[in-house]
Amino acid sequence: MFNNAQLLQVAIATPLVAALIIALGLPKRFSVKLAGAAFIVPALIALWLWKEFPADAGGSYQFMSSRATGLGAFGISLKLGLNGVALPMFVLAAIVGLAAGLYALRSGAERLKTYLMLLLIMQGGLLGVFASIDIFFFYFFHELALIPTFIMVGIWGVRDRNYAAMKMTIYLTVGAMLSLIGLIALYVKSGAETFDLIALRAALAHEPLAATLQNNIFGVLMFGFGILVSLWPLHTWAPLGYGAAPSSAAMLHAGVLKKFGLYGLIQIAVPLLPAGAQHWVWTLALLAALGNVLVVGFITMAQRDLKQMLGYSSVMHMGYCFLGIATLSTVGTGGVVLLMVAHGLSVALLFMLATSIHHRTHTFDLSDMGGLAQRTPVLAAFFVAATFASIGLPGFANFPGELTIFVALWKFSPWVTAVAVSGIVISAIYALRAAAKIFFGSPSEQFQRVAAEHPPQDLDWQERLPALILLATLFFIGCWPRAVSDAVNSALSAPAAAPTAHVTAHR
Amino acid sequence: MSLELLKAAADSNQWWALAPEVMLACAALALLVLELVLPRAEHHKIPLFAIAAQAIVLVGVFLNFDTNWLGESTFGGLIRHSNWGQIARVFFVLSSLLVCFLATVCLPRTRMPRVEFYHTVLVVTAAMMLLAQSDHFVMFFVALETVTVGLYILVSYFRDNPLTLEAGLKYLVMGALSSAIMLFGIVLLYGAVGRVEGANGAIHTGFEFGTAAAFLQAHPDNFLAVAGALLVLSGVAFKIGAFPFQIWVPDVYQGAPTPVTAFLAVSSKAAGFAVLLLLVRNVFAPLQSVLVPVLSLMAGATILFGNLSALTQRNAKRLMGLSGISHAGYLLLGVIASFTVPWAGGAVWFYLFTYLLATMAVFGVMAYCTGENDADHELDTYDRLSRDRPFLAAVLAIGLGSLAGIPPLAGFLGKLILFIAAFQAHLYTLLAVAIVGVVLSIYYYFGWIKAAFFESWRPAFSTETATAAPRTTPSLFGTLTLALLAVATVVLGFFPGPLTSWLIGK
Repeated sequence: MFNNAQLLQVAIATPLVAALIIALGLPKRFSVKLAGAAFIVPALIALWLWKEFPADAGGSYQFMSSRATGLGAFGISLKLGLNGVALPMFVLAAIVGLAAGLYALRSGAERLKTYLMLLLIMQGGLLGVFASIDIFFFYFFHELALIPTFIMVGIWGVRDRNYAAMKMTIYLTVGAMLSLIGLIALYVKSGAETFDLIALRAALAHEPLAATLQNNIFGVLMFGFGILVSLWPLHTWAPLGYGAAPSSAAMLHAGVLKKFGLYGLIQIAVPLLPAGAQHWVWTLALLAALGNVLVVGFITMAQRDLKQMLGYSSVMHMGYCFLGIATLSTVGTGGVVLLMVAHGLSVALLFMLATSIHHRTHTFDLSDMGGLAQRTPVLAAFFVAATFASIGLPGFANFPGELTIFVALWKFSPWVTAVAVSGIVISAIYALRAAAKIFFGSPSEQFQRVAAEHPPQDLDWQERLPALILLATLFFIGCWPRAVSDAVNSALSAPAAAPTAHVTAHR
Repeated sequence: MSLELLKAAADSNQWWALAPEVMLACAALALLVLELVLPRAEHHKIPLFAIAAQAIVLVGVFLNFDTNWLGESTFGGLIRHSNWGQIARVFFVLSSLLVCFLATVCLPRTRMPRVEFYHTVLVVTAAMMLLAQSDHFVMFFVALETVTVGLYILVSYFRDNPLTLEAGLKYLVMGALSSAIMLFGIVLLYGAVGRVEGANGAIHTGFEFGTAAAFLQAHPDNFLAVAGALLVLSGVAFKIGAFPFQIWVPDVYQGAPTPVTAFLAVSSKAAGFAVLLLLVRNVFAPLQSVLVPVLSLMAGATILFGNLSALTQRNAKRLMGLSGISHAGYLLLGVIASFTVPWAGGAVWFYLFTYLLATMAVFGVMAYCTGENDADHELDTYDRLSRDRPFLAAVLAIGLGSLAGIPPLAGFLGKLILFIAAFQAHLYTLLAVAIVGVVLSIYYYFGWIKAAFFESWRPAFSTETATAAPRTTPSLFGTLTLALLAVATVVLGFFPGPLTSWLIGK
């Protein structure tokens, strides 16, 4: 019925169209069904495209299509396609979106229709981000996904939501604006007069920018994207925002949207500005190693609130991603892509389960919990598995990701590697301690009181299904990382300038 | 009178070139006649006539967009017809149409006469259209004064409200001052240029844009002429509310009736920019080396002043005024860029169109959320708007989002294109200032959205009963208009093609 390029378009359009239909006043009963379908369709398409993706793609884009939106004069067109780096991220967005969507359907949130509508817009934006070849649309889709996050935090968030929404908005706008300026700078300075990434790459490979210019633009992009990924010390929005965000929004933002900055660094900043990247790597590595991994690691250990802890731990794991990028090597960057996928899946799972725990204990405070495993063994099993995944135990996707990053990092600097590896110990401490505190030991007084009033039920199938989807994917990639890494590897080791230079063709 | 004479008169007849302006002026007069003729019970139909007349003019300008007069100069060199002039015509008629719509919402709440309001709006709009096409300083000044005098009346229209009267007085004093400054500048230019003998013995003066430009081209260092140019630009800066001539904005915006505030925010500002582009690209183009630093300073200070002063503002109308100052700053960026980047003028117009849609949407919502005293319009009035009137809240969010420049709304593209132009013109420092400004603006625009959407926490057993905020349910016509503005803002954000190719034509 459709060819693969059209399927890609359908995947992005489905959630957006569904959101539009819901906004036009579909009754609630149908809205829920339609939303469910609109989350499932992209996930199926993403899996199909994953299977269809040729192993020998190299750096080239597959499933390409291009549409004019009337900004052709500025070198902007809606150009979609996936390469080896974009494919895993696209699949990640589709799967986490499916899980977040399924979880939202049963959440019984107040004003459920609006909630689903915003979530669908977010999902459409996320799929669009990773499928965009045009960097204008790359940015555009990111903002499209970002705006619903703010609104969802503001309306459905928990305590401090107003403050959290405002802080997130301001931090992320600063980050987005800096990245936008960097992207415009690339557009103007490259002389290619196009936002098309393929053409930009060809133009810059043919005639690289002057070193100072590269340094400046890379700096702007690094901090712009860095804020969006919570690079220390610009990370403070993340724990606060995730702490306040409703679960599905936190899943999608922490799991997928946050990866936008890393993805931008890998796909745009590093390949287009190699000299600029060289200039900045040490700054990036030190900020990430000392700031994100060590300082934030210790802060995470001190957290008493489950969601805050998860927020901080996700900031910490971003440190490994930055470190992998700082190695500027194929191995390191490949590890980052793998870790991004793994972290996206595991953090989404953790945020989801945290909300499920909250439903049963009526608190996020770790010291008020205990002994939940006796009442809810399935929930405990899922949470412990997710914890193992997140601290990088073999068998889950995080392990190969972190391992390859460390291997590459050793060549970059043994000292930094030592700091980074010590972070693994830190994350094992806080994660295992949290799991023990929630599920094992004797129940606290507070929990006994809550349990007496509302006897906790174990996970029902509507909660198990999204959890299972996420965990199965984690396990699958963990056991067979080549499913992801082959495509990534062939994309990253391809020569910078593809022989098919599109410079003139896309003017 | 012989037949030949009549024929010659018919051949040299240029009035058809000004058909839109003439039609608007005639419609304005017809409104007054209708008030005399129609029985009192039928008077409520007169605004509809005004709206219909403008719609006809709008369609007419559209159909005749590529008129034969383009590039021609008419009325002895007073007027020059250009593409931008046509764009300006469309813009001003569209804007005044929407102002009239706002007036149909707001005016019935008061006991003020109605017909004169529409009459004045039409006359002012016609004058703005002439202003944007003028090619002669006398034409320029007369048109500008017609606009300003009309606005003096409109600003103080609700004369039983002390805040409105205060606004009117402030606008009158500041407006008169700026007119005087501008007139002085024109006279200096005239004096510096003197009398120039043309090719076939015709006498030219510094009043003509072409002659003044030629003089400045030959003597870019002439002190009198440069001083004159700067004074003229100061007068224009008053219109657009640029620093340091912005001081009147908050009080006047707050005190003026809501439709007039919208008129000031959109039409009057756009008229300022139409004139600025006209002058900068035409008469003052040779003074680039003087004007670029002056305008750059002005733009930077305007952006910062507008955004910083809006940060803590709780009154919605003052907020619109102060944030409008910052928009003037961004637009100045485009004007400066237009010295070196030819298409930047189109970017300014594109921004103005997106600004028109968004601002009118916001004022439309404001018009439905005001009570008796529309100068008293705090952000708290919007508490729980998303529950009481979800439609109005959605339109408000789209309008404010577009003003803040958030994708996928049209305002984002407006800013993006302006920034690209500024980048190509190497205005890096100003761009950095503009980015700071955009981030600051997110704070107050989102503060407003927050007031409408995020419910403020209330104690469960609060003794004070929340006073119901004034809200009017929009009529079908009002709903359609607001929906159209919102939809246009969203659609242009996704698919700006028609507007960009029309305005920028790149």
